[in-house]
Amino acid sequence: MKAKKIVVVGNGMVGHYYVEQLAKQNAGHDITVIGAEPRPAYDRVHLSEVFSGKNPEDLALTTREHYKDIGVHAHFGDAVARIDRKAKEVITDLGRRFAYDKLVLATGSYPFVPPVPGSDQAGCLTYRTIDDLGAIRAHARDGKVGVVIGGGLLGLECANALKSVGLETHVVEFAPGLMGVQLDNGGSVMLRQMIEELDVQVHTSKSTQKIVPGNERRLRMEFADGSALETDMIVFSAGIRPYDQLAKAADITVGERGGIVIDYHCRTSDSDIFAIGECALFGGRIYGLVAPGYRMADAALSQLTDTPVPFQGADMSTKLKLLGIDVGSIGDSHGKALHNGQPPAAFLYSNDRERVYKKIVVSADGKKLLGAVLVGDCSDYDTLLQFFLNDMELPANPEGIILPADNGATPLLAGMSLPATATICSCLNVTKGAIVAAIDGGCCSVADVKATTKASTGCGGCAALLKSTVNEELAARGAEINNYVCEHFAYSRQEMFHLIKVGSLKTFDDMLHKHGKGRGCDVCKPAVASILASLFNDYVLRKEHASLQDTNDTFLANMQKDGTYSIVPRIAGGEISAEKLIVIGEVAKKYKLYTKITGGQRIDLFGARVNQLPDIWSELVAAGFETGHAYGKALRTVKSCVGSTWCRYGVQDSVRMAILIENRYKGVRSPHKLKSAVSGCTRECAEAQSKDFGVIATENGWNLYVCGNGGMKPRHADLFATDLDDATLIQYIDRFLMFYIRTADRLQRTSVWMNNLEGGLDYLREVIIEDKLGIAAELEAQMALLLDTYQCEWKTTIEDPEKLQRFRQFVNSTEEDAHVVFVQERGQPRPAKDNERAALAPH
Amino acid sequence: MGTAIHKQFNNEPIAVFSKANLLENSGVCALINGVQVAVFYLPTETPPLYAIDNYDPIGGANVLSRGIVGDINGELVVASPLYKQHFSLHSGRCLEDDSVQVSVYQARLEGDAVIVMLQKAQSQKQNIVQDIA
Repeated sequence: MKAKKIVVVGNGMVGHYYVEQLAKQNAGHDITVIGAEPRPAYDRVHLSEVFSGKNPEDLALTTREHYKDIGVHAHFGDAVARIDRKAKEVITDLGRRFAYDKLVLATGSYPFVPPVPGSDQAGCLTYRTIDDLGAIRAHARDGKVGVVIGGGLLGLECANALKSVGLETHVVEFAPGLMGVQLDNGGSVMLRQMIEELDVQVHTSKSTQKIVPGNERRLRMEFADGSALETDMIVFSAGIRPYDQLAKAADITVGERGGIVIDYHCRTSDSDIFAIGECALFGGRIYGLVAPGYRMADAALSQLTDTPVPFQGADMSTKLKLLGIDVGSIGDSHGKALHNGQPPAAFLYSNDRERVYKKIVVSADGKKLLGAVLVGDCSDYDTLLQFFLNDMELPANPEGIILPADNGATPLLAGMSLPATATICSCLNVTKGAIVAAIDGGCCSVADVKATTKASTGCGGCAALLKSTVNEELAARGAEINNYVCEHFAYSRQEMFHLIKVGSLKTFDDMLHKHGKGRGCDVCKPAVASILASLFNDYVLRKEHASLQDTNDTFLANMQKDGTYSIVPRIAGGEISAEKLIVIGEVAKKYKLYTKITGGQRIDLFGARVNQLPDIWSELVAAGFETGHAYGKALRTVKSCVGSTWCRYGVQDSVRMAILIENRYKGVRSPHKLKSAVSGCTRECAEAQSKDFGVIATENGWNLYVCGNGGMKPRHADLFATDLDDATLIQYIDRFLMFYIRTADRLQRTSVWMNNLEGGLDYLREVIIEDKLGIAAELEAQMALLLDTYQCEWKTTIEDPEKLQRFRQFVNSTEEDAHVVFVQERGQPRPAKDNERAALAPH
Repeated sequence: MGTAIHKQFNNEPIAVFSKANLLENSGVCALINGVQVAVFYLPTETPPLYAIDNYDPIGGANVLSRGIVGDINGELVVASPLYKQHFSLHSGRCLEDDSVQVSVYQARLEGDAVIVMLQKAQSQKQNIVQDIA
């Protein structure tokens, strides 16, 4: 198809998706996007997370640079004022004109504010954009009470935001129940109970008559039933209305109650103009969720190709967490519609004690799933959704799907039974067929498939289904799926950890004789040594362990390319006195070492010969230094910013916390190295979100982030828990680290571990915070043992003449390694290059 | 420790040092006539002593004595601590790269003494030298 000028109006989630996908077509189109908001597209669905520690930038879906990179002309902060259909151009508020061949309206929607007298005064807000958040935060600062008008999905999300900023939160709903669209009465009642238990007050069947100045609080809401409620702010979140004014003014057909009318191809009444997302009206309906908006974008995009795909409406099933409560709704959740002329049948499971409500609606013959409601437990959502979307026949007793699995008999939907068209990941619209194609294309693990198809990289809710689908496909091809450590042990690291722990095996030989074969190798020996250290924490150079260690652990230093070592003394939190700095300087000078400041706020001393290590460490230990474990798969460093002690912006003493954490976990051996950082405020100068575990100070305590990584594959850490006190923070880190140590693969950093963890962040929270597996006490006890048995390995080593034997270049000579030659560069030594060495040391 | 005992046997340079210098299931390094030899002591193997170049031709540094010893498909190997290639203790062959080979030397235990000869072993099956003056 010929390249065209395409102008997209609106840079919300759907507008952005359209632009991104269009650029990917690489069809040479000239793409322009115009956004009224001052910033590029961001994730509106997770807006309330800004109040629980995320930065607005974390929500960004793209950047100006990225648009530039993909060749898109982007203009922000200037709204389109009108469309000139005759001239085929749009004109902005600032008078700029953009000509188009095809125009795409993705103008979205705005919050509906009911025409209540007084709803236009200060303190009456809406909840839709990042700028709205700023206004809410500003009002929260000198307020105590906040009210949300609207008990639907958006209203409850907004209630979460108000609660996060510390307000006494009320939800006022006109209808008799919460989330009336998605939930039946029973589910709605359960949800209300659970929300009230979170200290959010719910008022239903309340019609607000007027808003007047309050007596004790800023505003007073007066209801039709004569009651009243005083509050400092009111946020309207009672539904959305499509932004259709542009279309209307250009004489494009809009619906009676708003919305730009579109056909199957997402074309408006002007065939060169498309409308997609929440501004569009399809089949008399506005689709107020993001996924249907994406499907509309797909349909509109396909119009520019030779293979147009129609939009045929979209499934409005949804699964989400509202105020931390799992809520799911599929299809005809109310069970009201006839199916083949017959009323449906419902099955219901309700558990007041554990706060779980599940209902499924099935056809009269019991064969088809028509709808479902889940509150408090969404673990069956994926299974149910697959039955629903693929029109699959239900098992003989469909109630089994939602009943608790006492005997493990829950019929788990297997990936194999799904047709190729089944959508596995609904966020990114990845079908089973696409996953099979990825495996055909050479992917051989869940991680590969994720990277190739992007499946399960949205909400992550389909992780378990993805894993079973991938594994079954691989198994069907005869691929051997094993994560054995090496040829000597037919076990994964996690299994080996378990075997050693349960069998109380104290040496590598015990383990090899009981569970392995052959003599071991450079893979399993350090792996077992690490597990033994994580469990029993013996001195790593004890006779039976010494030969298992990698050279870095054996010599308690880091081997460099020329066979010499580097030395990193521990400088907890990066805090060091002048006296100690001088000692490091003097040692470096005396032994002619190259010195460099590391990224982890420590000092690395390079170029020590193996025979110099004991002397160097004797001096360092005498000056009060400890080993920094830079050589070990262990905690390396806890970086910190200077914190509230000095910084004008700091809200907590980050240095104190960093030192506490570093000293607590120093020496703990783990599957891979561990890095941490503590920032004293949200400016995040210590870069805690790029660490295995990071801590960021808040006004009320500490936010804990987990499983971040810099390095080769950067991963932003996940916000794990907020506003923790010192004791809880440490307790969670204890449990987190020990759980990682127990279950990770060999040399698997926390970031990769998290990506492979079935259930992801939610599951990790259940294990660590809610103690779902009942192992929290055991994890803490194991950590306590490791902390109790800490020793500075260098102190122990220099006190043991027998161990010092190891630190010799030659057993039969005091000569030094003639191959190690240094030259000077920028006033410091460095290893000589081959040509320099040849010139310096005639052989 | 540390006293160099440079000896010769049949005009061949050798190193002699006490068994106490050996590290069980790992390596040490001897210097013989300017050549660095990595000596591995594997008490449960027959023979228990193995000697190869200490120089890792891939990493370009004298480090093989500091590698981890083990087996790959039954072949006794040391893994270079630099880039982890495996070198056969019997043949000196690099398992990852056929074109790379380190020298293998003769080493044996005599009572409490370790004797390493710079003369290269002809084959891994060859018996150790019978006598020493």
